[in-house]
Amino acid sequence: MRFTKDHEWVDVSGDVATVGITAYAAEQLGDVVFVELPDIGKIMKSGEAMAVVESVKAASDVFAPISGLVTGANTVLADAPETVNDEPENGGWFVKIKVADAKEVDALMDREAYEKYLATL
Amino acid sequence: MRYLPLTETDRAEMLALIGAPSIDALFVDVPASARLGAPVALPGDASELAVERRLGALAAQNRAAGSGPFFCGAGAYRHHVPASVDHLIQRSEFLTSYTPYQPEIAQGTLQVLFEFQTQVAALTGLPVANASMYDGSTACAEAVLMAARATRRGKAVLSGGLHPHYAETTHTLAHSAGVETHRLAAAIDDEAAVLSRLDADTACVVVQTPNVFGTVTDVSAIAAAAHAVGALLIVVTTEAVSFGLLKSPGEMGADIAVAEGQSIGNTLNFGGPYVGLFACTEKLMRQMPGRLCGETVDAAGKRGFVLTLSTREQHIRRDKATSNICTNSGLCALAFSIHMSLLGGVGLERLARINHARAARAKAALAAMPGVEILTPRFFNEFAVRLPRPAAVVVEALLSKGIVAGVPFSRLEPTAGLDDVLLVCATETTTVEDIAALAIALKEEIAA
Amino acid sequence: MSMTAVGRPTRPEADSDLHPVAAFGKGLAQDEPLIFELNRWGETGVDFDLDGEDDLTCRDLAGLTRSAAPVLPGLTEPETMRHYVRLSQKNHAIDLALYPLGSCTMKHNPRLGERMARLPGFADIHPLQPISTVQGALALMGELAHWLKTLTGMSAVALPPKAGAHGELCGLLAIRAAHEARGDARRTVLTPTSAHGTNPASAALVGYAVREIGQTDEGRVDIADLAAQLGPDVAAVMVTNPNTCGLFERDIVEIARLTHAAGAYFYCDGANFNAIVGKVRPADLGVDAMHINLHKTFSTPHGGGGPGAGPVVFSEALAPYAPTPWLTFEGDRLALIEHSIAAAAESQGRICAFHGQMGMYVRALAYMLSHGANGLRQVAEDAVLNANYIKARLSGVMSAPFPEGPCMHEALFDDEWLEGTGVTTLDFAKAMIDAGFHPMTMYFPLVVHGAMLIEPTETEPRGEIDRFCDTLLTLAGAAKAGDVERFRSAPVAAPMRRLDETAAARKPRLRWTPVDA
Repeated sequence: MRFTKDHEWVDVSGDVATVGITAYAAEQLGDVVFVELPDIGKIMKSGEAMAVVESVKAASDVFAPISGLVTGANTVLADAPETVNDEPENGGWFVKIKVADAKEVDALMDREAYEKYLATL
Repeated sequence: MRYLPLTETDRAEMLALIGAPSIDALFVDVPASARLGAPVALPGDASELAVERRLGALAAQNRAAGSGPFFCGAGAYRHHVPASVDHLIQRSEFLTSYTPYQPEIAQGTLQVLFEFQTQVAALTGLPVANASMYDGSTACAEAVLMAARATRRGKAVLSGGLHPHYAETTHTLAHSAGVETHRLAAAIDDEAAVLSRLDADTACVVVQTPNVFGTVTDVSAIAAAAHAVGALLIVVTTEAVSFGLLKSPGEMGADIAVAEGQSIGNTLNFGGPYVGLFACTEKLMRQMPGRLCGETVDAAGKRGFVLTLSTREQHIRRDKATSNICTNSGLCALAFSIHMSLLGGVGLERLARINHARAARAKAALAAMPGVEILTPRFFNEFAVRLPRPAAVVVEALLSKGIVAGVPFSRLEPTAGLDDVLLVCATETTTVEDIAALAIALKEEIAA
Repeated sequence: MSMTAVGRPTRPEADSDLHPVAAFGKGLAQDEPLIFELNRWGETGVDFDLDGEDDLTCRDLAGLTRSAAPVLPGLTEPETMRHYVRLSQKNHAIDLALYPLGSCTMKHNPRLGERMARLPGFADIHPLQPISTVQGALALMGELAHWLKTLTGMSAVALPPKAGAHGELCGLLAIRAAHEARGDARRTVLTPTSAHGTNPASAALVGYAVREIGQTDEGRVDIADLAAQLGPDVAAVMVTNPNTCGLFERDIVEIARLTHAAGAYFYCDGANFNAIVGKVRPADLGVDAMHINLHKTFSTPHGGGGPGAGPVVFSEALAPYAPTPWLTFEGDRLALIEHSIAAAAESQGRICAFHGQMGMYVRALAYMLSHGANGLRQVAEDAVLNANYIKARLSGVMSAPFPEGPCMHEALFDDEWLEGTGVTTLDFAKAMIDAGFHPMTMYFPLVVHGAMLIEPTETEPRGEIDRFCDTLLTLAGAAKAGDVERFRSAPVAAPMRRLDETAAARKPRLRWTPVDA
């Protein structure tokens, strides 16, 4: 798993990356009430706004951590947005992206670096 | 001064506690060049009596609609409001309370909003209604922006029967937000003409029924055609009493219904404050602007109400909000809801039938007149007539006989080439004597 | 003589150190059903006046009518009065106690305004009846406009905006039109991090990109950051003054100068005008456009969330772009220019139907006439005095992010003083409810952690302000003494306990439906 400074995680299997938000981000948000996901087939550029996650008191943009084609979106979240709070780094995933450039993934932080980063916040 | 409780002793003691030598010392951050040394050049304070005399004199220069035969409509309607409505909205707890951000001590306001939303949903025939907008015209403009957001398209087509003020307001807002509006030429009975401009970039078509000329249209076919190309149908209603009798926007396939709610619970007030009604399909709920009240439970398991889905709004989303709206039309929505609670659905229907009956009698009286042509084929409580000379001139002439004959269309749109068209409205407050007086005076005026 | 020796207590035992003023009718009606639960389907509470020849069959509308009357209950007048009076008793209001909402200006609403607004000559006039029949209404609008221009020193005023946010939109549209008129269309608006959410939302609505200006340690706009960000792409700088931290922007004249030098316009959010009305004129500070919330400074009632009114004062440069209708003279008569023609040819157009919020103009003018120039000046002085007094009384216990120097009409605290107590700003606010006070503004401005913004206004008597401070100090003491449960469970004395906002947002139920049991 790799991480961004904006608290997204990326888990690559083959050439498909699963993307979500970290436990830290989910906690900051509070109870998630709604997630707006991109359409399948959309082409994302790294850093582009990809999804919106809403809690009662906040609405945050989720940015694409890497570039690629959106091949899947987690439909579970439509009826059970609380999954993001319960399993942020597992069942609460947001989208699947076909990796355009593997180097982008390598450039992201690993878990140790991310935890170090969290400590500075 | 009657509204300022602090005494000189209070001020001295408070300054002492603060440790400031004078009140002006508290204004130390104001640049010296900008500090006013004395009150501005305006009159000094006045007693209640003096203010009443002053404002009473101004009020006396206006001709109240109820002082004689009165036939103006065109987006604002004279109806009877039961005495209890005005009494209730003046209760301290409704009049002087704030937006219900602390729901535990605002359940009065919140429950009213929930009831209001339910009433608006029932009237418009659409499941999701918000807690009101400023008025019908801004609701219309916001609906167009919402359609553009939801469809991700950039064009709106406005019918030739849409109230010109609504069309202009919509254009101003849409244009600034980068949405193109195409407005068709004024047309008495052609809401369907919007279909001629439908294409793949059309976010929505906007039709009005009854329209500004009073024409009632079944827009179901327009809905189907719009949906076939992925566009939304927005239905505008300026006379809320018509919801009691006519097919609802939802019933006809509207995606968004907007309306002016003034007719129910609110007086004419020279154009404001009014109350905008806004309702949409379930699917569009999260794109909706304005406040929303939702049901929930409290920590003791009791049912209660809260503002909800507020993350769409300005105080959280800021530059990505669905709109910039901060207020709804609270007290006017309360007045609407109280009046609607008194009327009930059957009462509103009866009221609507009476409105139509009176307007039908007015139309019959005018139709019989040589030189007068009734232009509106199917109407609710308002219709357009063609006169043998400019409507504005006729209105002035009848005014000198104590009759306010209606709204000249040229007042709404001077460039439409419809200077000889007069919009005539009758409500339950219009008497047979009023209609007779109008007919006699108009006959005399035309013969002259 | 025999006397019964068994008495009953005639004095209640003191049960707490708090004495709530607002009991919220707890001893009376408790849970009030919805109108849909009163079994009034198919009924009406209105009697109609019928003429014998009214034809109610409406045959000529065949095919256009709904299949049945709307399915909504109708209550008689006694039922209606009870329903709404009971509901009203669950609301807190200014008429009950000090309402310390920062940036909202919850001052007393003079009832004279209500009486004047209901005169038939104001309430029963139609916006499109002949102009000769509404000369008094136009004169009132002209008088209001004169007061607003004189108090602000500005050249022109647009009365139509229906709320503050609507006014912001109007101001920005004028700015955009002005730039386009000189072929200098710009893309960006700058606004401080402490700005109210309507500022960036309004800018985005008008098609601008928004960039934020930083704040100094003294809670004011960072001039250096502003200067660095100004450039040929900036259309406007939107600043609130006094700012949302309750502080006067000392460098405001310089902010205006820099903005103008860069070819941009200076928009002032007038929400906090109550602090300076009659003491300072925005024109003298370099403002080009400013909306004024009539429901704040000029005390038109908040009405549970509206209606508002947000007229915008303009500089001479922006005046041509003000929205229609414009008030004008035709000979010796007042008139309206309702289309973008003649003098109003460059107007931004209409931003709403008809002429604006006449009902609120009457109330605002009644307020202005009552206070007069001297009274309005005193309004600002007393408002600022009350806020500084509260700041002085509370500063020993509650921490302030910007403690140096006087505040203006509102005092800002943060939650640093609550650290380690387990009590959050939210908990503290809910405990205030149990003590009979509406909470202050919480978590705004966003730039301060756990912000608590207190605006008393000038209509509070000294006794009420002292009672408020005493209450907060007592609560603060309880928080620091570790009485966490009291705060976490609060409120317990209000008509409802804390409500589940998560459930409301996850499964929105926005209307009553018959399946609800």
